[in-house]
Amino acid sequence: MNKVMFFAHLRDTVGEESVSLDLTGKTVAEAKAILSEQYGVNLDTVMAAVNEEFAGDEDVLSDGDVVAFIPPVSGG
Amino acid sequence: MIQSLRQDRTEEGANMNFEISREPLDTQSIIDKVVQREAGAITTFIGTVRELTAGKKTLYLIYEAYESMAVKKLEQIGREIEERWPGAKVAISHRVGKLEITDIAVVIAVSTPHRADAYEANRYAIERIKEIVPIWKKEHWEDGEEWIGNQLETVAYPKGKPEESDLDE
Repeated sequence: MNKVMFFAHLRDTVGEESVSLDLTGKTVAEAKAILSEQYGVNLDTVMAAVNEEFAGDEDVLSDGDVVAFIPPVSGG
Repeated sequence: MIQSLRQDRTEEGANMNFEISREPLDTQSIIDKVVQREAGAITTFIGTVRELTAGKKTLYLIYEAYESMAVKKLEQIGREIEERWPGAKVAISHRVGKLEITDIAVVIAVSTPHRADAYEANRYAIERIKEIVPIWKKEHWEDGEEWIGNQLETVAYPKGKPEESDLDE
């Protein structure tokens, strides 16, 4: 299983800070497509982090990986 | 919550110079972290909440962070600075939660042997924060609210993550 975290406007749209689902073996791009479909969020311009490091679309997820979707940041 | 986080990091021996704080920032204590005998200069950047943006009046801001990753990314910025500017020492604190106009959102302190490096490295730190640290602000106006950095999509990462050219400003 995988923990998937949402922040900022994504969390508002999804209505949850995190959800649990099995993304093992999927690429980040595939995970984005699944979540976009399931929660009606646009993840095209959103970065993904796996286990707190930025990940590429082709990276493959393992069981237990924590996936976070990172909208363009606005700190500072 | 933040107290327990801080304690955990201390137990792990992690670098306390980089933190996300729910409490108001104490600028002097952040400056104190970079004091070193080798330094000839300390620069301090204090980012504050501005009332007017493009003529629109902000009532207050909410900052939110992916805290564990944000601390890691602040630490990364610190390491990048120490590599680019040998002898530099860095401390960065970013506040989260509700901030009023004029409140301090971020404090960056950099000490270096010579002043030019302290200015440059400090500027580098704030620009990097705006690129790679997972912190978001929600602006609240009289007529609404919006997470900044999303709907307008003024910043987009078509390849899914920042590229070298994005990161170099």
